[in-house]
Amino acid sequence: MEDNTLTQEIKPPDTSKGPVRWLRDNLFSTWYNTILTCLGLVFLFLFFKGFLTWVFTQANWRVIPANLQILMIGPFPIEQVWRIGIVFCTLLTLLGLSAGIWRGIVLQMAIAIVGVCLLLLLIPLDVVKEAENTSATLEFNLNIFYLIFIKRIWLLGGLVLLVGTFFIGRKKDGLKKWIIGGWILSFPWTMIMLHGFGENTISTTNWGGLLLTLLLAAVGIVACFPLGVLLALGRRSQLPAIRWVSTVYIETIRGVPLITILFMGSLLLPIFMPGDFQLDTVIRAMVALTLFSSAYMAENVRGGLQAVPSGQVEAAQAVGLSYSKTMIFIVLPQAIRAVIPAIVGQSIALLKDTSLVFIIGLIELMGIRKSILGNQDWTGLHAEVSIFIAVIYFVFSYSMSIVSQEIEEDLGVGNN
Amino acid sequence: MNENTTNDPIIICEDVHKWFDDFHVLKGITTTFKKGERAVICGPSGSGKSTFIRTINRLEEHQRGTIIVDGIELSNDLRNINLIRQEVGMVFQQFNLFPHLTNIKNITLGPIQVRKMSKKAAEEAALALLERMDIADQAYKYPSEVSGGQQQRVAIARALAMEPKIMLFDEPTSALDPEMISEVLDVMRELAHSGMTMLVVTHEMGFAREVADRVMFFDEGVVVEEAAPADFFDNPQHDRTKLFISQTLQH
Repeated sequence: MEDNTLTQEIKPPDTSKGPVRWLRDNLFSTWYNTILTCLGLVFLFLFFKGFLTWVFTQANWRVIPANLQILMIGPFPIEQVWRIGIVFCTLLTLLGLSAGIWRGIVLQMAIAIVGVCLLLLLIPLDVVKEAENTSATLEFNLNIFYLIFIKRIWLLGGLVLLVGTFFIGRKKDGLKKWIIGGWILSFPWTMIMLHGFGENTISTTNWGGLLLTLLLAAVGIVACFPLGVLLALGRRSQLPAIRWVSTVYIETIRGVPLITILFMGSLLLPIFMPGDFQLDTVIRAMVALTLFSSAYMAENVRGGLQAVPSGQVEAAQAVGLSYSKTMIFIVLPQAIRAVIPAIVGQSIALLKDTSLVFIIGLIELMGIRKSILGNQDWTGLHAEVSIFIAVIYFVFSYSMSIVSQEIEEDLGVGNN
Repeated sequence: MNENTTNDPIIICEDVHKWFDDFHVLKGITTTFKKGERAVICGPSGSGKSTFIRTINRLEEHQRGTIIVDGIELSNDLRNINLIRQEVGMVFQQFNLFPHLTNIKNITLGPIQVRKMSKKAAEEAALALLERMDIADQAYKYPSEVSGGQQQRVAIARALAMEPKIMLFDEPTSALDPEMISEVLDVMRELAHSGMTMLVVTHEMGFAREVADRVMFFDEGVVVEEAAPADFFDNPQHDRTKLFISQTLQH
């Protein structure tokens, strides 16, 4: 009988509480906590009352639909918007195929992007009604309708392609190499598509708004990664020359503000360039952002490298793996996985840092804000435009953050 | 000498010295291991025994003397080092399995990447090895999902998958819970009977007595005494050895 009592299952004590009990324990446990809770509630009420009143009665939101086109694509000619659409569809096709083949992390990214697209799809819908009542000219209104229609077509088309290619990708495992090649080629393809050639050329000075912001951020985030990994490995190299060069590079870049690097890119670089050779401003900004970001990426990755126990390298060497294979198959996967939060944090920072390119004359989101507010019709609407732009930044930053959490869960960080 | 031992030397060490900064870890080790020989290396901690077997696949660099493994001299020539590492398998005290790869991928990585074996052939070989280690059902789990004894057997399979001529064991049972030691020793015993050349650093004196052809006793960077296990345990010559044996056998 004693055996029974020993092995009898004992349930853990019930510590869950009802909402009333929770309120009493946490918010009204003593007289001073009660006072603090009430004061807090009053403060919250006043704040939200003021804010919501402003949002719904005082704010002039017409500024957003009226300027939606310029916010999204800047001065990019509207009749050439199909170029953006094609690029968009190409990227979503690649993403759909990759998500189908690799699933896991890529699939989660795809889902996040579908979410953002659906959001973008919904925003202009509310805008249509408002736009009808604006005091802007008829022609301008038509323009907006046209834009929204086009945008929805491309957005919808992109989404359909993404979902369709996902199912194709699921069945075609042999496409891996082609898709990796496709991703590498997607960058020049994007640049050529957007730029065009011959008489239809669209100068990069006409690239702007969210389009430019995303382009700069994407190139910066993707390109700084390999460079950062190489620098991190370089800083830990046994060879003094490589170690020295990497360290000097990282410390110099980290010691200088991004604005300075952008300035140097736009003012000093042309001086060193031979003769008539002119590097495009957008390319210069991309190079500057990549160089800047790679120094921080290197330090993030180095942190991860230090977290990999030396026994891992020894075991890999004992099996006969060369240095590069040890790094690629054993050390880097573990190192990068340990620093995903830092890497994503830096990517988010870079997305917002792109707003500094106004210093070299590019008009991304924040630049557009300035030019909208410079327009007589919209003077004084700082808050409305800023809030809208803040929401855009937030949507992209937060989706990156969600993807990073999903990746961590997927890789079982801390488990395996 | 066991039935597999030949007279061909496979590891030749001549006056091997090693310093960690100013600390003289190995003070002139000269010895020869024959093909098929099973040597157990014991000694107090800090005696240089682990460092010594780690010089044989160049995880530690020796600073004086020569080491010749399977006819290739260990030097700074990276090609030689990689050639030797392919012929010398190693099992670590802390297992050092790759935590981000499943057990079977831990085993197939070397054959696929170094020996250029096809994925299919490597997986078949790996499954056969896991079968031999009696853990075929753990193939597709991650190392963190299996017990310490099973992890160490996966590590042994990983080393064997490269079809090495020599196996080095660096205290393979020291990090294990007592009830898991025997399952690892069983595998090592089986391996010994298959004719593998083995250098084993261990405190398992029962294993040494049963399996070894030769027991080497290290202290303060020198080989104090080496003998067949019967002589070593029953008739030790040096006072230091006598003390060590009496201390370890008490347990």
